[in-house]
Amino acid sequence: MREILRNPAGLVGSFLLVIVLSAAVLGPFVAPYDPQQFHAASRLQGPSAAFWLGTDQYGRDLLSRLLNGAPATVLFGLGATALGVGAGSIIGVIAGVAGGRVDSIIMRVLDGLLAMPELLFTLLIVTFLGGGTSQAMLAVAVTFTPGMARISRSAVLSVRTRDYVQAAIARGESRSWIVGREVLPNALGPIIVEATIRVSFAIMIGATLGFLGLGAQPPSTEWGLMVAEARQFMFRNPWCVAVPGVAIAITAMGFNLFGDALRDAFDPRRRRI
Amino acid sequence: MTLAYVLRRLGAIVVVLAIVTVAVFGITVVLPGNAAMMILGENATPESLAAMERQLGLDRPILTQYLDWVTGVLHGDFGMSLRLSLPVSQVVGDAFRNSLSLAVLALVTVTAVAIPLGVIAALRRGTIWDLMIGLFSYVGTAMPEFVTATLLLIIFASPEWPVLPAGGFVPPSEDFAGYLRHAILPAATLGLILMAHISRQVRSEMSEVLSSDFVRAARLKGIRERRVIWRHALPNSLAPAVAVISLDIGYLLGGIIVVEEIFAWPGLGRLLIYALQNRDLPVIQAVTLLLAVVYALSNLVADLVIAWLDPRVQHA
Repeated sequence: MREILRNPAGLVGSFLLVIVLSAAVLGPFVAPYDPQQFHAASRLQGPSAAFWLGTDQYGRDLLSRLLNGAPATVLFGLGATALGVGAGSIIGVIAGVAGGRVDSIIMRVLDGLLAMPELLFTLLIVTFLGGGTSQAMLAVAVTFTPGMARISRSAVLSVRTRDYVQAAIARGESRSWIVGREVLPNALGPIIVEATIRVSFAIMIGATLGFLGLGAQPPSTEWGLMVAEARQFMFRNPWCVAVPGVAIAITAMGFNLFGDALRDAFDPRRRRI
Repeated sequence: MTLAYVLRRLGAIVVVLAIVTVAVFGITVVLPGNAAMMILGENATPESLAAMERQLGLDRPILTQYLDWVTGVLHGDFGMSLRLSLPVSQVVGDAFRNSLSLAVLALVTVTAVAIPLGVIAALRRGTIWDLMIGLFSYVGTAMPEFVTATLLLIIFASPEWPVLPAGGFVPPSEDFAGYLRHAILPAATLGLILMAHISRQVRSEMSEVLSSDFVRAARLKGIRERRVIWRHALPNSLAPAVAVISLDIGYLLGGIIVVEEIFAWPGLGRLLIYALQNRDLPVIQAVTLLLAVVYALSNLVADLVIAWLDPRVQHA
């Protein structure tokens, strides 16, 4: 952790993540207004003492909506990534450990799935599953699976030929012991790094699906959906699209910077001078 | 570049594309509701549905349908659109041209700007320039296309100060200046993320190369700094940048879906969203396959360019 904080990117990333995560945990409790409450007299206003970030087309307080949407937005990213990383790692570890025929069949199928651009793949799955938050989350997870499988496979492969694994084989340890105690813990680094960076993609794709009307549905305060709902009014009050838009960018940037710093901490060779 | 390497890469692509056709066909088969129901509507009687399914060949085994579809695709026949009553190949062809022109415009401009930016950042490492470029690239990667597009619209297309059109399309053959004016905002939106990636990659490769032994040797030999940078350092740091550009084409193809929808640009992305909303299966299949082919081909080109820049990779 100290390594990460010494890196400027890591410092900024950690700072942004602390803000975002505390908004996600505490947001709904500290929000000054009910996120769905209409203030008919003050519609589409800029920031003021009463409404710190302004109001939307119904006079709803943007700060309150933002804080209430934080858990949904962040949980979406974390949940989709966790599912995708979990499924992908299992497939990748199986391929890497099994080797031979199984490995090459799995890899060919993954290559085929990776040949589709990510957002396209997600859109197809969402259409199949139908719109909605949990469907969108599942779609992003499925989209992440082939890429994560490939990364965890190569992590396993790079560990498998190391001396300590060879030593364990020579000692006559069982296969599951070797995989569980020697290979997995040492292959975990690249997987964690990739997962952290992927959270930012997941948040961006989730917001994009919300924006396209295929993810979270009204009256949710998911940030992508907030942008979509306020777009008609963006010229009258830029704040109502800028506030959720910038919030998405800050969240994605936090995970991105933190992931980069994590990568440098895990792999000192890549550390820049 | 050896012929064997090119052939091996081509072989790999054929395998990948075969898997893609299975995936594309498979996804549209499992989509709820089939083509017959799309044509006749929700209230069709079971008898008329069965008749329509027979007419469309949907009552045949899945494998036969798949092989028929692939045979058609190989002959350039993607079937008829269920909604537009036009051959899919015609609908998709027009959209493809429009998307391609937008994507190429974005990619060329971005590469022309991002590579010099990355080089500057690497040469002035640690200065305010480096910091600004780094900051810009981090912000760029963290903005989803729809946020960038919306912010650009607020700045450049507001009713009070309409510098650029907020959306739409003019064919370049009719009015080239008008076409460009309509293309600027979508291309800029697509470009921002790409620019961020590419300039960051060039910077990190370039700074690595600049501190390598052969650059030091070149400097010690007394070669002028400009020549060291242009002839020794830059070519050696470009191969990884090309790899990133080819990966970015994946983002570009995804981004184009959102950007075309926002700016009402009549390309593949907008067509895809229309087809998805209306369950126009033949169009969904054709667009998906086309995007995957473009992606695979661009990866192939990138691999070949990398092998040409750095002959060592052929033997890896």
